[in-house]
Amino acid sequence: MGGYLRRNVSLLVGIVLLGFLVLFMVVGAFVVDTSNAAPLSVPVLRPPSWDYPFGTDRTGRDLLAVMVAGTPLTLKIGFIAGFFGVGLGAVLAFTAAFYRGTADLVIRGIADIGLTVPGLLVLILIAVSLKGTLTVNEMAIVVASLAWLSPTRTIRAQVLTLRERGYVEIARLNGMSGPEIIFRELMPNLLPYLAATLVSSVSAAILATIGLEVLGLGPVDAPTLGMTLYWVTFNAAIINGWWWWWTAPMVVIVIVFLGLFFLTVGLDEIANPRLRRAA
Amino acid sequence: MSGTVLRVEELRVAYDHPRGAVRAVDEVSFSLRPRERFGLAGESGSGKSTMALAILRMIKPPGRIEGGEVWLEDLPLSGLSAEAMRRLRLAGIAMVPQGSMNSLNPVTRIRRQIEDALTDHASRLDKAATAARIRSLLGQVGLSADVADKYPHELSGGMKQRACIAIAISLRPKVIIADEPTSALDVVVQRQVMETLGRVQRELGAAVILIGHDMGLMAQFVDRLGIMYAGRLVEVAPIRDIVTAPRHPYTRLLIDSLPSLERKGTLRGIPGLAPLLRALPSGCAFHPRCPMAVERCRAEKPAVRAIEPDTSVACHLA
Amino acid sequence: MIPIVELREVSKSFGRKAALERFSFSIDPARPGITAVVGESGSGKTTLARLLLGLIEPTAGTVVYNNRDLRSLKAAERRGFRRDVQAIFQDPYEVYNPFYRVDHVLTTPVRRFRLARTKAAGRLLIEEALHGVGLRPEEILGRYPHQLSGGQRQRIMVARALLLRPRLIVADEPVSMVDASLRATILGSLQKLREELGISILYITHDLATAYQVADTILVLYRAAVAEAGDVELVVKDPRHPYTKLLIGSIPQVSTTRDWSAEETPALADAPPGGCTFADRCPVALKRCVTAIPPLYRVDARRAAACFRLDGAPAMTDAELASLLAHN
Repeated sequence: MGGYLRRNVSLLVGIVLLGFLVLFMVVGAFVVDTSNAAPLSVPVLRPPSWDYPFGTDRTGRDLLAVMVAGTPLTLKIGFIAGFFGVGLGAVLAFTAAFYRGTADLVIRGIADIGLTVPGLLVLILIAVSLKGTLTVNEMAIVVASLAWLSPTRTIRAQVLTLRERGYVEIARLNGMSGPEIIFRELMPNLLPYLAATLVSSVSAAILATIGLEVLGLGPVDAPTLGMTLYWVTFNAAIINGWWWWWTAPMVVIVIVFLGLFFLTVGLDEIANPRLRRAA
Repeated sequence: MSGTVLRVEELRVAYDHPRGAVRAVDEVSFSLRPRERFGLAGESGSGKSTMALAILRMIKPPGRIEGGEVWLEDLPLSGLSAEAMRRLRLAGIAMVPQGSMNSLNPVTRIRRQIEDALTDHASRLDKAATAARIRSLLGQVGLSADVADKYPHELSGGMKQRACIAIAISLRPKVIIADEPTSALDVVVQRQVMETLGRVQRELGAAVILIGHDMGLMAQFVDRLGIMYAGRLVEVAPIRDIVTAPRHPYTRLLIDSLPSLERKGTLRGIPGLAPLLRALPSGCAFHPRCPMAVERCRAEKPAVRAIEPDTSVACHLA
Repeated sequence: MIPIVELREVSKSFGRKAALERFSFSIDPARPGITAVVGESGSGKTTLARLLLGLIEPTAGTVVYNNRDLRSLKAAERRGFRRDVQAIFQDPYEVYNPFYRVDHVLTTPVRRFRLARTKAAGRLLIEEALHGVGLRPEEILGRYPHQLSGGQRQRIMVARALLLRPRLIVADEPVSMVDASLRATILGSLQKLREELGISILYITHDLATAYQVADTILVLYRAAVAEAGDVELVVKDPRHPYTKLLIGSIPQVSTTRDWSAEETPALADAPPGGCTFADRCPVALKRCVTAIPPLYRVDARRAAACFRLDGAPAMTDAELASLLAHN
């Protein structure tokens, strides 16, 4: 395992970055008082100091507490949406690719149409038309509604190639039914690919979430990363020189995306043997 | 040295593997006379394709040429620069690689593919002369002139393979190496393509190395045959001798394993499995499967012994 | 006796290209034997195999199992069909799911067809089958496909067929991707299946030499139609159809007494419609050959060929073709 990680550098970097983040969240939860992530908890607009390592914002939030409390929220939305996207996408993809015919036509048609419509636009429309403010979970559902489109297409393409393999014919000769062949023969071979798709789907979902939140369409009361950036713009923190306010969330966001990106690249290498570096 | 158009001496090729280097070609020596047809036969993993690549110095990492020398007439190839070697390929030694008919560029017409070969070697022909040359080349391989304007997918397997032969002879090489040129072709087409190759070789005065595993094909085409096993050349002899009086037990078993069209019930195989190159048996690599093996075969690797000018064998008991 | 599986007037086209035309053929279980189907690429032999196995459906005509149309079989009957008719394919790598060890290919049929009551009994069955094809279970079980050689993998496939004890095995080019020295062993296993277990084998190949060695009767296909059929000794030693003669003459042999040459003219890309499919290449074609399709003429008791030059001999019906191939 260690030897493999040395060769698959991307995977290693991804794991390290995300591991660091997890550590930050877990240790932080013990060490930091997360109730200070709520407004009016601490003195306002203090730059980073020993008491407040990340500084405080205009509403009296301890930014370190915000990061510790908010990062898991953002990630949670991303994960829920990402998992849902790949879950639904996989089911649709297998159905379409294995059975072909009308099922394939319909599924492919809807996915293709959905993919041409700008996703963020649709999400904005959905978020705006929902009455009242969103909770974190509702946010996840909003993002998940579109997260299945791309995975459906890509997983379908993979299944189409596997479908013609000799072992699928042998499975047919064994009298296996369609769903059995999908689960026992095709799915295991796709696991690495599904894992890579999952990570990129989570990545896309987090991006969409942050995008919506920055526009103010997210769960307003939650201290998520995107919402923090919203407050940054709302209060013109950049012009006012309160650099610590936007630095903290930016750094965390960068770490999240770099970690997920390297993880995707690393998993891609496992999934696609042709990308493997020569031993 | 003069009198031979190609000479291979003690060629060794190894592949680097995390668990240790593996020798794919083990001290192979043979020579080729002008206009001679030499066959290199062996089963998968015997090292014959690696040999061909090594002669053309096309071994890529993790493979490398460990030692030995190849001479084209009087020119030793190891001393050539990369550029000089590149010019030698196709012009001096041409190769029709395995599956080459499927490696033709699918989006380029045949004419262009031959032109590419000519211009890559700084052919100084003008447009008209090039067109005439292409027509002549296609004619030599039995293809009509209109094939030049076709795409590979418009041609049958046999025609594609003949187009590859046309590319191989376009610069009048002295040696043509054909690696399994007909393995993907039907038996009737195979005969046509081999006839073409033979005729073209005679007209050009070139020597041919035919690499394959079909002993019947070898028997009908080559003058001399070399048998490879586990990277070594275990027997070389004129084809008539090999067929009527094989010296090496492997050769004997190989010939016996050919299905005959004359008597039923004579189908025989060679027991056991070909050894993995990274776990070769001690002594003679063939001894675990050899019906005549003695103690010495297990202990000592047999050296290649020249018996007559054209014949050699690597066996303690031959 | 009811044929195990039959093709009745089956045609199969892929787009505009006809792979088989009004083809009738049946396997009679009364006298199990090895029938070779020999043809080159484009002759329709692979299509024939896949139709018989129910992997593809005919464009016209019916594929019949136990006197019932394959398409109308119910689940239980279909399981019976899968039990009775099995296959060995050409590529010994593709047929293995790289995710599983090679055991999977043997344990799956044991489980699905309930060949054993307990896991231990199943294991015993598998070991016996492996012994039956000359493999040692301890060298094979627990390995992944890429750890074994092509020859070993193909032998495992034969062992799989052995487990199932089908009535018919369709072997589609089972040894063409295997080293020459191993072919005899694998083909020998197939012969053993016929001798010891009474299983009929359909040996589909382009290699006439191994077909001659292994089969009792032979069917020579050319461009989706039968050129010649009958006892393999007769067809190979004394071919009557010009295509068979061309085929046999083109096979390079080690023997110095055989001549590696055959008379022929180059083929056109597509056969001219309406006549004998071989007419454009035939060195002895008559005017008739271009305008009409020759029927199968019964040349003698044990063989038939579809060539107008044999006109005068009685024309054969499909039922007679079945009995001709039925290994008397």
